[in-house]
Amino acid sequence: MSKLKPIIIAKNLSKIYKTDVIETIALDNVSFEINEGEFVAIMGPSGSGKSTLMHILGALDKPTSGEYVLDGKNVEKLSDDELSEIRNKKIGFIFQAFNLLPRTTTLQNVMLPMAYAGVPKEEREKTAERLLKMVGLGDRLNHTSNQISGGQQQRVAIARSLVLNPAMILADEPTGNIASSQADEVMSIFERLNDEGHTVVMITHEPDIAQHAKRIIFIRDGKIVKDSVNKQRHTAASIKKEVDKHD
Amino acid sequence: MIEFWELIKESIRTLRLNKMRTGLAILGIVIGIGSVIALISIGQSSQKSVTDRITSLGTNLVTVSPSYQSSGMVRGSSVQKTLTLADAQALESANLSAVKSISPEYSGRLQIVAGDNNTNTSVYGVKSTYSSIHNIQVSGGRFISDSDYNSTAHVVVLGPSVVEDLYGSSSYNPIGETIRIDGKNFTIIGVTVAKGTSSSSSADEAIYVPLSTAQKQLFGVSYLTSIAIEAASSEVIIQAQNQVGYFLLARHKITDPTSADFRIRSSEEMLSTATSVTSTFTSLLSGVAAISLIVGGIGIMNIMLVTVTERTREIGLRKALGAKKKTIVTQFLTESIILTFSGGILGIIIGVATAYGYAKINSSTFTISISSVLLAFAVSVGIGVIFGWYPAKKAASLQPIEALRYE
Repeated sequence: MSKLKPIIIAKNLSKIYKTDVIETIALDNVSFEINEGEFVAIMGPSGSGKSTLMHILGALDKPTSGEYVLDGKNVEKLSDDELSEIRNKKIGFIFQAFNLLPRTTTLQNVMLPMAYAGVPKEEREKTAERLLKMVGLGDRLNHTSNQISGGQQQRVAIARSLVLNPAMILADEPTGNIASSQADEVMSIFERLNDEGHTVVMITHEPDIAQHAKRIIFIRDGKIVKDSVNKQRHTAASIKKEVDKHD
Repeated sequence: MIEFWELIKESIRTLRLNKMRTGLAILGIVIGIGSVIALISIGQSSQKSVTDRITSLGTNLVTVSPSYQSSGMVRGSSVQKTLTLADAQALESANLSAVKSISPEYSGRLQIVAGDNNTNTSVYGVKSTYSSIHNIQVSGGRFISDSDYNSTAHVVVLGPSVVEDLYGSSSYNPIGETIRIDGKNFTIIGVTVAKGTSSSSSADEAIYVPLSTAQKQLFGVSYLTSIAIEAASSEVIIQAQNQVGYFLLARHKITDPTSADFRIRSSEEMLSTATSVTSTFTSLLSGVAAISLIVGGIGIMNIMLVTVTERTREIGLRKALGAKKKTIVTQFLTESIILTFSGGILGIIIGVATAYGYAKINSSTFTISISSVLLAFAVSVGIGVIFGWYPAKKAASLQPIEALRYE
């Protein structure tokens, strides 16, 4: 088995929030690696530090100390604008609240990151259309975000996260705001993307949702308490692979 | 970088989402720019009409009029009698180098009657020199001549407004007819050309009789109300003023010029006084308008700040998806510049229309300078940049996590 390429290398990441009176340690010396093609769920109760970790992994925030390498690039010392560029090119964000631009068509929403990357307009349109079709919204191109359901909005967000072919898809409670029937649909898209080779990192507090990942990292009080392979999903996937091979 | 037109389109789309607010923000700029344009234009045209009126009185004109002596006179008590025909004749025979011609004048108001109509108007007792010094032309007949003066003739030249008052129409030709001035019969020998290019000029409302007739027959006086002097050229106006001044001081045996019993003013002096008054007035009004422009700019800033707060989540999302500081600054600046730019255009249209309407109502000349339009335009865009800068900067410096968390 060939050596896998690491997408994320986190070394001794710490994040300390300081106010005048108290010092809160949100993340305490966390180290781990995530390789290309993995599907990782980061789990933990609220206040465990998983949101802080997600912000650092998403280059939305900088660690107080430690080293974070994303797709071969050290992130912890970059300027605001350099972080913007990293987020734009290397990370596909999916938020709990979808965060689509209001009163804007799904097509324009999906095109937005490409505009910031300087992709020409025709190419932007083509890519956005292709990806919206892929998530099953080919007939919703010109609907605005308030005209479609929560599950559909999240699928638009997934399409948007993929436009620049990022090194990792970073999902923060992706099913937190949608009905459970639609949640399965969203999760199956994640699984499919992972099968196609995309690296997926998902923050969640729901064990059911975490079961879709192949690896689960538990975090509590700013520390990793458990980092294990999700055997159920892993075996299921490998069995499927075996079956495919013999077809 | 997003292409220019896309940015403009996107900004207009965003501004249209809140039409009421956008409209009110623009209104501040419209009022500011509109009033600057209108007031500058009105100021310039009133300056022009004042200048026109003064030059119509006669160019290179120096006027000597009697003044109060400082010794215990009650102001406004009666007409001063310090200026006499003898003074005028002495001036004439002195052959002063800077003086071209001299017109002694006596004026007063009298009742004049033609048939059933009567009017009260200014009666000028003049000599033949009056017409050339004051730029008076006759449209029909002739002006007062030297022989009229010498024979104390009962002849009169009417201003066009007087013809209208007495005969109902200014195009009526009354030459040869007789009118009664203060109960005495006068034959009309001429009508002057209307001078009032803008509003009615006092010359159009006057009538002219020989000075000798006015002094002896109508008013029973021997003094003058003014002596008009035409300088040899525009370069020697000051010189003419000085020569006449010293000559009269010597004649009146006054050693201290500050206690002179007459005043000398030149048309140039009047012109510069009037110009400085109107330009002070114009700049005052423009200053008030500029203040309203600043208030409009603050309105824009206020709206943009509200917008930044309202769109915190959107800004955070944009930054999370890869927008750089510059991109956000450009987006917000574009919005505020579009606000002030469109406000500026509307303001210019409204300002020009107001100035035009004002000119029409007051039948004065309508002037609009391209420079003031361009200036207003540049100012409105500048206000967009200046007052949009802080909100844009504020938007760009939002941290994406803070912004995404914001509810």
